[in-house]
Amino acid sequence: MKYREKATVLSCEEIGTGIFSLRLGAEQIASSASPGQFVSVYSRDSARLLPRPISVCEADAEHGILRLVFRIAGKGTREFSRCREGDQLDLAGPLGNGFDLSVAQGKRVFVIGGGIGIPPMLGTAKCLAARGQNVTAVLGYRDERFLADEFPCRTVIATEDGSCGTRGNVLDAIREAQLDADVIFACGPTPMLRAIRQYSMDRRILCWLSMEEKMACGIGACLSCVCRSTDIDAHSQVRNKRVCTEGPVFLATEIEL
Amino acid sequence: MTHNMSVDICGVKLKNPVMTASGTFGSGAEFSEFFDLNRLGAVVTKGVASVPWAGNPVPRICETPSGMLNAIGLQNPGFEVFAHRDLKFLSETLLPDADPAGSGLEDIAYADAGNAAEAGANAAAGNPANGGIGTKVVVNVCGHSEEEYIDCVEKLAQEPRADLLEINISCPNVREGGIAFGTDPKGVERITAAIRKAARQPVIMKLSPNVTSIAEIARAAEAGGADAVSLINTLTGMKIDVERRTFALANRTGGLSGPAIHPVAVRMVYECAHAVRIPVIGMGGIQTAEDALEMILAGACAVSVGTASFHDQTAVLSVIDGIADYLQRHRVPDIRDLVGCL
Ligand SMILES: Cc1cc2nc3c(=O)[nH]c(=O)nc-3n(C[C@H](O)[C@H](O)[C@H](O)COP(=O)(O)OP(=O)(O)OC[C@H]3O[C@@H](n4cnc5c(N)ncnc54)[C@H](O)[C@@H]3O)c2cc1C
Ligand SMILES: Cc1cc2nc3c(=O)[nH]c(=O)nc-3n(C[C@H](O)[C@H](O)[C@H](O)COP(=O)(O)O)c2cc1C
Ligand code: FES
Repeated sequence: MKYREKATVLSCEEIGTGIFSLRLGAEQIASSASPGQFVSVYSRDSARLLPRPISVCEADAEHGILRLVFRIAGKGTREFSRCREGDQLDLAGPLGNGFDLSVAQGKRVFVIGGGIGIPPMLGTAKCLAARGQNVTAVLGYRDERFLADEFPCRTVIATEDGSCGTRGNVLDAIREAQLDADVIFACGPTPMLRAIRQYSMDRRILCWLSMEEKMACGIGACLSCVCRSTDIDAHSQVRNKRVCTEGPVFLATEIEL
Repeated sequence: MTHNMSVDICGVKLKNPVMTASGTFGSGAEFSEFFDLNRLGAVVTKGVASVPWAGNPVPRICETPSGMLNAIGLQNPGFEVFAHRDLKFLSETLLPDADPAGSGLEDIAYADAGNAAEAGANAAAGNPANGGIGTKVVVNVCGHSEEEYIDCVEKLAQEPRADLLEINISCPNVREGGIAFGTDPKGVERITAAIRKAARQPVIMKLSPNVTSIAEIARAAEAGGADAVSLINTLTGMKIDVERRTFALANRTGGLSGPAIHPVAVRMVYECAHAVRIPVIGMGGIQTAEDALEMILAGACAVSVGTASFHDQTAVLSVIDGIADYLQRHRVPDIRDLVGCL
């Protein structure tokens, strides 16, 4: 079930340079969102028509609280960063499929996040840890870290400038720490996802990747947000899958990158 | 006071003059999670061709001030899947007319403004006192060639759930299969005549605004036997990403839609309504009832709401309720009294 909900801002905090953590009272969405799903956030400026897709960082069903963590990337996210306690924000969600945590049952899991792809991996890691799973978080940053101390599991870090952890990318960190896993869940920039996809295929590791694309409806109606699939997709009848509906999480082998 | 919201488009009765715009609403399934489709005058489906089309590469859209550009490229699953999945969904979801023979528009009075939702529900339930007109289905058709359009239209002749056909001869994002057919009056007349001959349902020709005189194109469609025209499709535009020094869309150009194009669309609806005798369906940037009423006063018998649904899934319902409210406030007994009264 998808909801259109007026959320109430509980807090908006800058947790890194230009990176904000927004806690929202959004009972309906929080009660049904799962890790890897996203919400459409609508601007209050009617000149900005299209929703901004933002991943669910954490959803607290019990208290009806949704947490979004985003980076200022343009006018819409700048507007959201100026939210104050008590403000209202229009949302639609939860949208998309999310990570299927049941596939990781009894397996060793890598939760890999790169840059602003880290927020959805926090909720994912917390849910896996709560199920008593063997989880290792691998986080890649350019320089400044955020959210890293909140991961409830073993966490290895890579930074491009070497200021923390391994100098390099997430795969360099995995190699340096000589880690291994049976299942990968990942979100981050396309070059990172491409490298992880290759890594998982070389090692025959089951791997799920969360993809990004520009969206207009966010609910599967407009066909704006497609990515190329390896096989003909049942919905489209061509080799296109909708990131907002069949995704944003895809099996690495079902898409082209 | 009760007032009449229903209109007649080429012999097909709509419970109210508000429809969705092709390509912005899929076939309705996704939006049915947000509201009851039975409240709509009609569902207009995404363009369908006789075989699947892959569409354009991404990025396919970008936002522009009070609007957006799209270059989806008419991706569609082809007629077979459309008929078995989408039309099936619509026939299962939409209630039929209470009285298929039609009791005549004169008896119809529905939508008490203060209570439009309930009136909508009554009409949906087929309550004859409230009109009992079911939501109609307009199937939007695209093709790469005249033969492809005809093939699809002939197949649709067998589909009872397709009440009206809207022929897209105006997509700016696919060279053959869109704009190529829609910008030359002689070509428009010819393809309209060919489609009219093959079609069982009334034919609405959807016109491009990317022409010198849209009235001339509307006259050509009328001469070819079109039962109605709808306009406007999107206006060709371009956006450049200055930071990356690239085109914002992979297709370089895309079609502009949304509130930004509304005044252009109103002007074009007005011109066409004065140029032809067949019904004109107005669309382009409608977000509110006021926007829709502008189109109606300019001569549109019915309207479509497109891009606004991306900002608000229930925008089309606000338009319907707002029109009912307007009729009430201005003591207008019949929406048809407003059509083209300027
Ligand atoms: C499934 C999904 C989940 C996401 N989760 C997060 C998250 O948790 N945190 C976060 O910071 N960012 C996330 N993003 C990226 C975020 O959507 C964009 O940064 C945001 O839309 C930018 O909006 P803007 O108005 O600030 O930028 P502008 O550049 O002004 O936006 C213009 C238009 O382009 C769209 N757009 C711009 N960048 C992107 C992008 N990368 N992806 C999709 N659309 C874009 C906007 O939605 C808007 O319609 C996610 C994207 C997707 C597709
Ligand atoms: C994403 C998108 C897809 C569209 N697809 C189609 C289509 O398949 N066939 C068609 O005739 N028009 C298509 N259109 C045009 C709309 O139906 C409508 O004519 C136009 O967008 C203007 O109305 P609006 O401003 O209310 O959106 C599309 C528009 C958008 C924004
Ligand atoms: S954003 Fe419309 S289909 Fe995905």
